[in-house]
Amino acid sequence: MYQMLKQVARTGIVTEPPPEPDEALRELQQRLGAAVLAHFGRSLAVRHVDAGSCNGCELEIHAANGPHYNLERLGIKFVASPRHADLLLVTGPVSRHMEVALRRTYDATPDPKLVVAIGDCGCTGGIFGESYASCGRVSNVIPVDVAVPGCPPAPLEIMRGILTAVSRKPGSPSTAR
Amino acid sequence: MRLPELPLDVVPVPGALPAFHATIAADALPGLCRDALAQNARLVALWGSDETTRGSGYAVHVALAIAPGLLWVSVPLSGERPAYPGVADVFPCAGRMQRAAFDLLGIRATGAADERPWLRHGAWPADAHPLRKVFAAESRFAREDDRYAFVRVEGEGVHEIPVGPVHAGTIEPGHFRFSVVGEKLLRLEERLGYAHKGIEKRFEAMTLEQGAKLAGRVSGDSTVAYAWAYAMASEGAAGTEPPPRALALRGVLLELERIANHLGDLGFLGNDVALSFGFFQFWRMKEELLRLQHRLFGHRYLMDAVVPGGVACDLGAPEAALLIERLIALEREASTLKAIYDEHAGAQDRFIMTGQVLPELAEKMGLTGLAGRASGIRHDVRVDHPVRPYVDFPVRMAFHVRGDVAARLSVRFDELFESVRLVQAIVRDLPPGGVRVPVPVPAAGRRGVGWVEGWRGDVLVALDAGEGGRLHRVHAHDPSWQNWPLVERSVLGNIVPDFPLINKSFNLSYSGHDL
Repeated sequence: MYQMLKQVARTGIVTEPPPEPDEALRELQQRLGAAVLAHFGRSLAVRHVDAGSCNGCELEIHAANGPHYNLERLGIKFVASPRHADLLLVTGPVSRHMEVALRRTYDATPDPKLVVAIGDCGCTGGIFGESYASCGRVSNVIPVDVAVPGCPPAPLEIMRGILTAVSRKPGSPSTAR
Repeated sequence: MRLPELPLDVVPVPGALPAFHATIAADALPGLCRDALAQNARLVALWGSDETTRGSGYAVHVALAIAPGLLWVSVPLSGERPAYPGVADVFPCAGRMQRAAFDLLGIRATGAADERPWLRHGAWPADAHPLRKVFAAESRFAREDDRYAFVRVEGEGVHEIPVGPVHAGTIEPGHFRFSVVGEKLLRLEERLGYAHKGIEKRFEAMTLEQGAKLAGRVSGDSTVAYAWAYAMASEGAAGTEPPPRALALRGVLLELERIANHLGDLGFLGNDVALSFGFFQFWRMKEELLRLQHRLFGHRYLMDAVVPGGVACDLGAPEAALLIERLIALEREASTLKAIYDEHAGAQDRFIMTGQVLPELAEKMGLTGLAGRASGIRHDVRVDHPVRPYVDFPVRMAFHVRGDVAARLSVRFDELFESVRLVQAIVRDLPPGGVRVPVPVPAAGRRGVGWVEGWRGDVLVALDAGEGGRLHRVHAHDPSWQNWPLVERSVLGNIVPDFPLINKSFNLSYSGHDL
């Protein structure tokens, strides 16, 4: 125990400031009103779905939960079931074998909900494209609010994507929806 | 030429590795496999190919690890009714590979005990085979009924727990069917193939150069291993050799990939036994290493750093000094954390005797890589068949016999320290010169193989060049093919809540397996 405490003290706090939202990542008009966003902003439950990625994006999602980025301090928490989630974080080109599972996961997520597509494959189908085995980008299968490019996108970019999804577009009416 | 003790004529496959190719008749395949097994050969991979555009039928290919190197055996099959005698009774790990070869090419393993589809779920019909040349990559089919015949366990008090393909954690898609009584696991049956995204078909629309980027995305966590294996295969087929400095840098990149992945897994294994201190410490160290890799080599995970003909990055003297300095610090911290893990009674209680694979079973089933070395299987491509830079910097193989979570953890620590030593040694002695040479277009029909000990195990890329600089066939093989069946066995008698811990201790690839 002493060694553990010593190591904790020696390490200190490595967490860095979070990024700002970026409107350029937005695919759909913000669908949620200010009242909903005010809640999401402080407590957001995220469900990750790997719809067929190479697992590169998963590495960066893990990293975003590590001490440097510490997503949870922003009230953003990964949950084990879509039924508990406000936002789906989807990676990969959607493989045809995951198409049904992704739709079901989306349907199981209660409204109001948001979807953030992660990585070049999630945004465009990437190097795998569309084929007998791949549906390509995530928005070919379910509606996508925000898409974050990169192969894989760095943890800060993933955070920026999530924060953009729950931020209100400057100047948009606060009574939308 | 002849190989000692195997009755067949072989031709050397050009390239960095000691590799040999032979063509045999289908009825000679089981005998050859039995002879090879008698000499302790391992099955590395089994795959199929369509040769109808070359005026013959189909073919099944087998890659065996034998004492002198890698033996690639091709078996020509008829165009009308392609079939060959299955070899899963000799090498049990061949079973799923044979099922995948049928799904993708329609070549049947006769006498096989299990003929259920493996990679085909319902995205294409049973009579269509995506890797046949007449099959258009963009084909679309109405979704078929996808009911998979899981093995049912029956009896009083037995129930099933289906898990996946969407998992509770941030992991890849796959389905696990647990049959349990009370908390105890009676049986686990895996169903994979959810991440199948047509990688091998995609290769066939690419040139040798374009394929390198795709190879680096077969399994993102092993991008260096795959990119190197692909580059090695390309260079062999094209008859070229990268400069010594490039080969040394490839060794540095591969060992850094091993260090980064082991750091991540050591953190996760702590997390899975509720030692979140371990998770945060190891993930802090991993993040610092990823940032350093980005700074030195231009990518956090070193994607696209290894290319056919050499490497796409270099390391100057000040950067080399920085890398050494940071690795010395990393090693010191990892030692401190190892001592904490070793002395943590709660963690050790969960690690020891959990998810055990004994050496006898590991040997019979062909367990490979890191998990193999934790179960008494003394194989490491870097040691068995070293290429440069490992010829000049011999690797000390990590090894354990208990085959439990604790053993796989211990092998990770040992390999982490060994990789830190290797990187420092290689970097201190980097040969001068260029880092990349042009790769000529290989003639159609030229073969190449790449075989690299990635952090998870041995990755194989077998390449057959096509017309006009295209790729006729590329098979990329992940060690997860061999190890997934052992996850099924390792959980037996354990409790359901230990499954995530056991699964993480193997940390196998879904994407690399599903292709």
